[in-house]
Amino acid sequence: MKKVLLINLFIQLCLFSQAQDVNLLVQRVKEKINRVNDYTADAKMKTNVSFLKVPVASVKLYFKKPDQLKIVNEKGISFIPKGAVNMNMNNIFSSGKYTVLDAGSDKLGKTVVKVVKLLPEDNNEDVVLSTLYIDEVNEVILKTKTTTRDNGTYELEMQYGNNISYSLPAKIIFIFNTKDYKMPKGVTFDFEDGSKKKTADEKLKNKTGKIELNINNYRINKGITADVFK
Amino acid sequence: MWNLLQIELFKIFKKPRTYLAFAVIAAFIFLIQLGLYVNGKDWMMFMLGSLDETMVVDYNKLVNGYAVCFFVLNLLLVHVPILVALVAGDVVSGEASMGTLRLLAAKPVSRTSIILSKYFATAVYVFALLIWIAVISLLVSLAVFGKNDLIVAKTSGLQLIESSDVLWRYFCAFAFAFIAMMVVAAISLLLSTLSDNSIGPIVATVGIIIVCTLVSEMEIPIYQKYIRPYLFTTYMLGWKGFFYIGSTADGETIKGSIEYLPGIIKSLVALLVYIVALVSSSVFIFRKKDILS
Repeated sequence: MKKVLLINLFIQLCLFSQAQDVNLLVQRVKEKINRVNDYTADAKMKTNVSFLKVPVASVKLYFKKPDQLKIVNEKGISFIPKGAVNMNMNNIFSSGKYTVLDAGSDKLGKTVVKVVKLLPEDNNEDVVLSTLYIDEVNEVILKTKTTTRDNGTYELEMQYGNNISYSLPAKIIFIFNTKDYKMPKGVTFDFEDGSKKKTADEKLKNKTGKIELNINNYRINKGITADVFK
Repeated sequence: MWNLLQIELFKIFKKPRTYLAFAVIAAFIFLIQLGLYVNGKDWMMFMLGSLDETMVVDYNKLVNGYAVCFFVLNLLLVHVPILVALVAGDVVSGEASMGTLRLLAAKPVSRTSIILSKYFATAVYVFALLIWIAVISLLVSLAVFGKNDLIVAKTSGLQLIESSDVLWRYFCAFAFAFIAMMVVAAISLLLSTLSDNSIGPIVATVGIIIVCTLVSEMEIPIYQKYIRPYLFTTYMLGWKGFFYIGSTADGETIKGSIEYLPGIIKSLVALLVYIVALVSSSVFIFRKKDILS
């Protein structure tokens, strides 16, 4: 009987310390992210959405704490997915109240990552569940999967460069759900040029969109006026 | 031939109805520009359907000079044939009804030269009309709405063409539209050689265009398979092909490319075959014609 109790106590202690470890890890990642109050950066944005054909765009990113993110194409026009604000890491921790769950370890490429699930305590939050894949050595998030109430599921993949100390990625891949796109009947009057049309199967295959941002020229904590986000 | 062409041009540009087309086009384009200047954003939101459910885009930027011109051409190039028919349908039959055709045929010039000079004079009129459309719809729109990337809506989706990649497409589109309008002019000319009054060829040309356009656009399999490929109206929309940009498998547009050039070339060849066949028929009929009026 004593043995059983001791084993039970040991397991409880292990689980408690594990939860403490994960909480600490998340806390450290959060602190690193919080070092950035604002930034501007230049980026090349590549859009891959089944119903869109667009060129690679040169865009500017503006961020201001806690959760303001704006992507601007000053020279041309860009299609920005709704929910692009989730590209901002601060947004994941913005509510402040969440339960951290240790979901073990995994591998992203050659990097061993800690898998952490965040459950917001507020039931009215748009985010239902966030899964973070954290590089424990560098204390940065390499990948996130976020499930929201209204805007489907988002996936973020980050690669870091010179600004890893600020948790600012050099490359972001943002994967999001796309809804069926419908043109109003009779507005196009298409020219039937004889080219191959997408089959219904091909159209169905691609229900997710992808935005790829290659970011450079970060200007961190230099101050940004609120007008930018209007 | 040059003298004959000058005479024919003088006849065309002396008639008030010739300028009516220019005035109608100017008024039409002005109304569109005014409407889009006031409600351009709403119009663009309607045109792009359910896009705003997934994407955020600056609709004000989308309503630019290139987009306005593209919209104008979509609406206008369906109706310009009527204005072409108004002049081209009158070139032979008008003279027949006035009694001057006999005098013309009595001159020491071949009937082939007469009919060809009339067709070339009509070509000058069509060219002037398209230049007029280009100036008002493109240059004025660019001046009023500014320059930015062009959005093109297809049933399968949307494509964005960089502003630096647009202008040459308009040149090509207008050149293609010229060939397409010359088919209409050739039909009118043929009907004009068969008639002794102007109204008949003009109304008949308009009727042919309406019927053929409807049959071209009706998605009824038997029409799509057996009739559509032989209708000239099927190929008249080929100018739009210059605005269908090529892309990589990832949907990244390729600057300076056309999605399916063979389709445009096929349309162009089809229209040229129509022109040759119709003008040759006109020459043949006019050469055999008993000019009694």
